[in-house]
Amino acid sequence: MSYIKPAFHHPSLKPNKVGYLKKDYRGVISTLCAGCGHDSISGAIVQACYEISLEPHKLAKLSGIGCSSKTPTYFLSNSHGFNSVHGRMPSITTGANMANKDLIYLGVSGDGDTASIGMGQFVHAIRRNLNMVYIVMNNGCYGLTKGQDSATADFGSISKEGNANPYQAIDLAGLALELNATFVGRSFSGDKNQLVPMIKAAMSHPGFAFLDVISPCVTFNNTKTSTKSYSHVRDHIEATSTLDYVPFEEEITVDYPEGESAEVELFDGSKIHLSKLAPDFNPTDRFTAVNRLHEAKSKGQILTGLLYINPESKDLHNLMGTSDKPLNQFKQKDLCPGSTKLEEINRAFR
Amino acid sequence: MENEIIVNDLVVRFANVNGTGSASANEMFAKSIFRMGIPVTPKNIFPSNIQGLPTWYEVRISEKGHLGRRAGIDILVGVNPQSLKRDIESVTPGGYFVYDSSKKLHEEFIRTDINYIGIPMIKLAMEHYPVPRLQQLLKNMIYVGAVATLIDMEIEVLKEVIAEQFAAKPKIIPSNYQALELGINYVKEHFEYPLNIRIKRCDNVGDAILIDGNTACGLGAIYAGATVMAWYPITPSTSVAKAFETYCKKLRIDEDGKKKYAFVQAEDELAAIGMVIGATWNGARAFTATSGPGVSLMNEFIGLSYFAEIPVVLINVQRGGPSTGMPTRTQQADLISSAYASHGDTKHVLLFPSSPAECFEFTIKAFDLADRLQTLIMLISDLDLGMNNHMSPPLAWDDDKKYDLGKVLSAEDLEEMKEDFGRYLDVDGDAIPYRTIPGTHPTKGSFFTRGTSHDEYAKYSESGEVYLRNVDRLAQKWETAKTLVPEPEFYQKENRSNVGLLFFGTTTYAAVEAMERFEEEDFMIDSIRVRAFPFHQQVEKFIEEHEQIIVVEQNRDAQFRTLLINELDINPSRLISVVNYDGMPITAKAIQSGIKEKLAVST
Repeated sequence: MSYIKPAFHHPSLKPNKVGYLKKDYRGVISTLCAGCGHDSISGAIVQACYEISLEPHKLAKLSGIGCSSKTPTYFLSNSHGFNSVHGRMPSITTGANMANKDLIYLGVSGDGDTASIGMGQFVHAIRRNLNMVYIVMNNGCYGLTKGQDSATADFGSISKEGNANPYQAIDLAGLALELNATFVGRSFSGDKNQLVPMIKAAMSHPGFAFLDVISPCVTFNNTKTSTKSYSHVRDHIEATSTLDYVPFEEEITVDYPEGESAEVELFDGSKIHLSKLAPDFNPTDRFTAVNRLHEAKSKGQILTGLLYINPESKDLHNLMGTSDKPLNQFKQKDLCPGSTKLEEINRAFR
Repeated sequence: MENEIIVNDLVVRFANVNGTGSASANEMFAKSIFRMGIPVTPKNIFPSNIQGLPTWYEVRISEKGHLGRRAGIDILVGVNPQSLKRDIESVTPGGYFVYDSSKKLHEEFIRTDINYIGIPMIKLAMEHYPVPRLQQLLKNMIYVGAVATLIDMEIEVLKEVIAEQFAAKPKIIPSNYQALELGINYVKEHFEYPLNIRIKRCDNVGDAILIDGNTACGLGAIYAGATVMAWYPITPSTSVAKAFETYCKKLRIDEDGKKKYAFVQAEDELAAIGMVIGATWNGARAFTATSGPGVSLMNEFIGLSYFAEIPVVLINVQRGGPSTGMPTRTQQADLISSAYASHGDTKHVLLFPSSPAECFEFTIKAFDLADRLQTLIMLISDLDLGMNNHMSPPLAWDDDKKYDLGKVLSAEDLEEMKEDFGRYLDVDGDAIPYRTIPGTHPTKGSFFTRGTSHDEYAKYSESGEVYLRNVDRLAQKWETAKTLVPEPEFYQKENRSNVGLLFFGTTTYAAVEAMERFEEEDFMIDSIRVRAFPFHQQVEKFIEEHEQIIVVEQNRDAQFRTLLINELDINPSRLISVVNYDGMPITAKAIQSGIKEKLAVST
């Protein structure tokens, strides 16, 4: 079945290859605080989907509960969305993915939603290599309930409440690496140039693609003493590389300087091109990534960029051996064995 | 009594140590009796343990077809020293105690009112088999052979069942036959046989099958077209998942050898039901199976499925509660926690099967109802029904039956629609809105599913008016549900008494037997078996037509009675409660005496 988009649009904006304008990827007006990092991430998602010419109905957006989990209403209004319950987005996404392997699943969560109440479901989605993009909008605090520290708040960080956090932080990217997640990236809501290609690459990755995006909370955790504030992150950011996502059918037209760049080919023939800032960095080597993450942490730096990708990733459907056809496409005649078979089954119980 | 010959009416109980292979030997014993055309009810009374604790296997043999449990043990086969004293005490006066006489029975175990039959089981096993594990396994066949001879079982039938049981490992059949013969011959050489309580071939099983309810549920899900199962292991529901997977491997493989199903062992029950919700939201039929503790954990998601109107099929195989409770004993004690699961105003459709055939039928029904009503449907089974084999009508499927997938809009429907799509808009007046599946249409029909208050177009709303419209529609949908759930079953053509007997689920076996006894005593009573919640109008009518209703159920607090009072506004004094909650299935005798006692008090 083919659908033709209406041809009229604002003359200054070009439709993408599937005929959609950028506005077709937008959502309703955000009700988050002005300056919230999350809105920038929503913008990056819109940009990424427009640029890769995604048909909006081929993506499902899912979230848990919290400020971050509200954002799916602020992008992709033409996609089905699911704002589930606190910390349980991964299980909803798992079921949805089992039913239809052909959609892109974009899960949005926060540091409270993932690192505390949803930790169990998060790690098990990684373990199963569920084919999804999992974005954590990480601000180190609980915004909706007025600024309590979250489990990703750094040790000693002081939020608006004024108390130094006495607990160790859970590093979600480090944890994902440890658990053998097949795609791990970290970025900053304020760095769209890095974030947009990273989202595009994550969407084409056949497996669990995790993006830990530092996203400052302007209301409760943007103090000078907070390690998740705009100024702190800008001052301490260290990038492994800058990256470009090059879809399969496109030629690489940019000249990248030899020796300072690397290319990772994805399963669908698309490429991620990395201009390496750190010369010894290899994004397909998990051990390097783990070491670099620890080094950066010990220096008080925030390491960003594509930290790790496993180009051999096999997703959950692959591991389970499910049919090539999405399960929700099978009809009664394909699924019901019928009365003759049942009589045979009955006989075995006599 | 001593000289009277009793045929096809006895209870044999095997007292074993779990993990010694006794279960399969005992099952072959029961199946052989069934093959002789005699109705049989085996019950596995097992510990929450893998190896080394007492376990019992009780077989009621009843030519009349009484399938409930009966108290009183006619023959006890005691091969577990740990439980010996208790086992001997449990034998009915005049009954038989069959024991391992390899060692002499201590004097404290001697009762004068029962008969002792000593078979040197382990001694015989050790003489014939060198390997200890074999001695242990074949000892079971020795006692099966001995008891079979004592009650006059057809040995050829037993051998046939053994051959079928070990069809995949034919090498071990001869040694099993040999062990069987050891038991048979020992009895023939040392005792008078058969005993005065014995069995005899008859023709009272018809086309019935001997199957457990969990297997029937798993098969039902396959026939209903379920493609996604997500679950977390918990007794006594695990075998539902096992059955689904086992039969899917045979029945659901595509031409490329790939699976037309996804079977996900979740990290916990919360994730299990989350996966089901995700899958059904995305257009697949999906289900989970659990028990009380799992339902407790699923409460949050159950509320979401109710409020966001997402179909879910949940099979709740109840066990003894509260808390971890008695995980390997049966109860009907999750009624209120299932009916009103989750916070806020919620109500859920419950189906109460009472036989494996109905487990199959109602599992299929549950999928149709879930899709039709866009809500959670719980199939309420229990350990007795789920894990024990029951003589049941065969599983039935009508090839003309079409799945009821409910109100789902296709891309064509959306193209043709002139008005805006409202996910929660009651278009037809039955309070059931239309839904769309993600990926259906590029620009039409997308909506945002949420557990927060929403308007007819799925938009977030904090307006009291919008909220009322939505929850009042859900209440109206509950009224629609009443017209769709299975009707009750009646046991009389027309009313003949002002006393009614009301029951559901596994209480049915014992209740039917109790009714027969009342009949014999000319005690008139009308009976109704409720098969669903919300209560069908006919249930309400039956209660109205009787002065007193005896509600029989298997929990301490008479939860079903509470549901009747709460939902139908019945004067509590009219509902007399007979309960059984020690973890063992209720008996006809308990119902009979309970009713007499309660009626005597209330009149």
